[in-house]
Amino acid sequence: MTDATTTPGAAAPKSSLLQLDDRVRRRNAAERRFKAYGIAAVSIGLVFLALLLFAIIRNGVPAYTQTFLTVPIELQADKLDKNGNRDLEEIQKVSTFGYKPLIIDGMEAALAGQGIASPFEKAKDLEKMVSASAPAQIRDFVLANPDRIGETVEFRLLASSRVDGYLKGRVAREDLARDKNLDAEHLDVADAMRDAGILERTFNWAFIFGADASESRPEQAGIGVSMIGSFFMMLVVLGLALPIGVAASIYLEEFAPKNRWTDLIEVNISNLAAVPSIVFGILGLAVFIQFAHLPQSAPLVGGLVLTLMTLPTIIISTRASLKAVPPSIRDAALGVGASKMQSVFHHVLPLAMPGILTGTIIGLAQALGETAPLLLIGMVGYIASNYPDGIASGFLDPNSAMPAQIYEWAKRADPAYYERAWGGIIILLLFLMTMNIIAIILRRRFERRW
Amino acid sequence: MSAFWILVVVLALAAIGYGLGRSRAMASAGGDARHLHSLPGYYGYNAALSVLVPALGLLVVWLIVQPLIVQGVVSGSIPEGTYADAGALNLLMSDVRRVAEGLDMAVAQGVLNADQVASLRVEDTNLRELLGQVGVALGSDVEGYVLNAAQEYRSMTATGNLLRTALVLILAVAGLAFAFTRTNKDFRARNVVEKVVLALLIFAASIAILTTIGIVLSLVFNTIEFFKLYPWTDFFFGLTWAPSFGGGSELGIIPLFWGTFYISIIALAVAVPIGLFAAVYLSEYASPTVRAFAKPLLEVLAGIPTIVYGLFALLTVGPALVAVFGPDSLGWMGGSRAVMTAGIVMGIMLIPFVSSLSDDIINSVPQAMRDGSLGLGATKSETIKQVVLPAALPGIVGAVLLAASRAIGETMIVVLGAGAAARLSMNPFEAMTTVTAKVVSQLTGDADFASPEALVAFALGMTLFVITLGLNIFALWIVRKYREQYE
Repeated sequence: MTDATTTPGAAAPKSSLLQLDDRVRRRNAAERRFKAYGIAAVSIGLVFLALLLFAIIRNGVPAYTQTFLTVPIELQADKLDKNGNRDLEEIQKVSTFGYKPLIIDGMEAALAGQGIASPFEKAKDLEKMVSASAPAQIRDFVLANPDRIGETVEFRLLASSRVDGYLKGRVAREDLARDKNLDAEHLDVADAMRDAGILERTFNWAFIFGADASESRPEQAGIGVSMIGSFFMMLVVLGLALPIGVAASIYLEEFAPKNRWTDLIEVNISNLAAVPSIVFGILGLAVFIQFAHLPQSAPLVGGLVLTLMTLPTIIISTRASLKAVPPSIRDAALGVGASKMQSVFHHVLPLAMPGILTGTIIGLAQALGETAPLLLIGMVGYIASNYPDGIASGFLDPNSAMPAQIYEWAKRADPAYYERAWGGIIILLLFLMTMNIIAIILRRRFERRW
Repeated sequence: MSAFWILVVVLALAAIGYGLGRSRAMASAGGDARHLHSLPGYYGYNAALSVLVPALGLLVVWLIVQPLIVQGVVSGSIPEGTYADAGALNLLMSDVRRVAEGLDMAVAQGVLNADQVASLRVEDTNLRELLGQVGVALGSDVEGYVLNAAQEYRSMTATGNLLRTALVLILAVAGLAFAFTRTNKDFRARNVVEKVVLALLIFAASIAILTTIGIVLSLVFNTIEFFKLYPWTDFFFGLTWAPSFGGGSELGIIPLFWGTFYISIIALAVAVPIGLFAAVYLSEYASPTVRAFAKPLLEVLAGIPTIVYGLFALLTVGPALVAVFGPDSLGWMGGSRAVMTAGIVMGIMLIPFVSSLSDDIINSVPQAMRDGSLGLGATKSETIKQVVLPAALPGIVGAVLLAASRAIGETMIVVLGAGAAARLSMNPFEAMTTVTAKVVSQLTGDADFASPEALVAFALGMTLFVITLGLNIFALWIVRKYREQYE
């Protein structure tokens, strides 16, 4: 019967395992192609990551340096205190506008002292090189030290954002043709001043610790106050989401009977985890602000909204780590006479704690970077210019949050603010990185394999 | 007494209760813990919980309910005809609250004393100036009925606060006394404490339900308000989106849907192939070292906040695309904000989402199936294409659907990257806008919450919620239904 399969006369095909025929070659080529697609996909993903980080660092690092002018300014007594009696009330009457001439005089004197010729017809043009915050800075100094009126004091003034941008390479000479804030002559003066050491770029602590500034003075803006706002929000989230999340998980994992009600809760939690964050913002607006009349823009409200948003994340990870504790622990506890509640609180919960903390930190990191819900409860559009006075005002006074502040800067359509936004992202990412590293260390160090 | 101090007093009472309960139990057992029914600490906890739970429960309920009642009564006392509609009444009530708050501050700062405040009349004093002095700026002069309402508001709030303090403290002390009298060596303290703790655990678990109910109610009520002012047919089938706060807006959702859909499609076109191939490579081909290095790095992309992606779209990807497709070269693209910009960046964000979900699913395909296919002489890629992927398909579809729901609900990338103009166009290089971006733009700003232009955001939120919820449930259903087929 087997004869039928071998047709006599026909030569056996000349195939050998050692010699690839066309089909095998094609299949092997397909194999290599497929693998190459995979490698390409992974590399594209990694390239995107690298590009993203590169963009952040390249655009953000300049925000950490700032250009300052060191100018000796004569606090002319005849302008600041006409009657000469050093009465604080009268000195206060001189507005910041009255300090502008002093700055111009001081700068002209400094330029003349270094032998730099001023190319401007109007002396007022020099003023454009200095930040609009400079008069207020000098005024504050005078009001704090009225006895120094008449002396010549050396001030470190912020340079205007255009001059700063020129030193950082952001502002090119060609761009200035359409710019009414600065002319090419200013840049010549800036070059000369830099050579003379009047103008210098130094590390910008004010960006890390300072407050936001109005739209026209990006050189003054900092992220410090909104960092405090984020901090208070995270306190609320930690204080509410951790206990509620852990309690809910303990109930669902250890005590809940299997019935419709607990099924409903479980489906609910997994769905809440996937609800778009902006919907939580709508909830916060409708419930906390419209209905309960809590103050707008307050970190307390932001924290409440983010609590609701992170709760599902924390519940899911807490349940996973409770599940990872072997039943023998519970059995042993019950066997020596503990109640169910005691077995959970005395034995299961402590063993699950590292996992719970890891999940909580990851949830907090997610909450820290979230922006969309904060836009709806009004943490944007507000200039966070003051540090909160105390703990109560930290929770209740209007403030911004780091991601909301970054969004606010990105909206302001001034390249100097874009630089600040990138710089703010560096800080935000550093916080997130630290939190994630702590979570990883906790997991590695304390997690037990059973 | 302010709520904070009430809280402090109640906590102190609870601490005292713990000590009292414990020591009384020990005393009744003659100092020998073995005669007690429960461990001594439980008698303490019982007393502390009897103080805390009712008192704090009442405090919380009171804090929520009192403003509502006061608000209702005071707004009822404002003469009708002084306001046009509910929105105007709301504005009026916020004036009333500010005046009341200002008067309280004036008393606190000693500008006025309590009698002077009670006898204030609009005709005699310039209230606006007076309140300006204590740091409460008013938008307009105070009308007589506003002052009356504010006086009523103040007196009701003061009475309410007094009652609140009294009742909460009485309840706390009563709880303490009750627990104290109940405590003796035969009292089953542990059982009582455990019951209360269990109730608290159940309450915590119900918060998830409460959140959902809160979301649904806040969306539904405002959506109904919106549909009272604006016909629903025009909303769901209108082809123009042109809100104007002066009235006469056209609020059709279709252009927004189209923008959302278009951007999501581009995002998925980027994320699904890259994510899927990355998942296949990492689970089937990569050596353990490559996997240990590349997988966490890819997942970093998922941990980056969306505001960062938004900025990346606006300032890096957008300008880069303009350099290639912009007016200076191909001329297809007008500005850096476009569907393409937002879509690509959103795609990058979704890569780890698709890849890690698919990775898990591919790994859960039994090894025996691969071995069978390889044993028949299939190459690795043939095995993957013809055996592993079909087996993992339901899970992968689920992952893609979840990614789609993320893309539809994503806000910051589209707010910064996609533009603000609602358009119905096929050109992916044009600026379009999405449902989420419009929710943000309609609710930020000084819009009056009673106007259709602001309320439309709730209707948009409602549609968004329903769509994403539907997608999620569908995805989970697919995953659940087909998951265990091969085990």
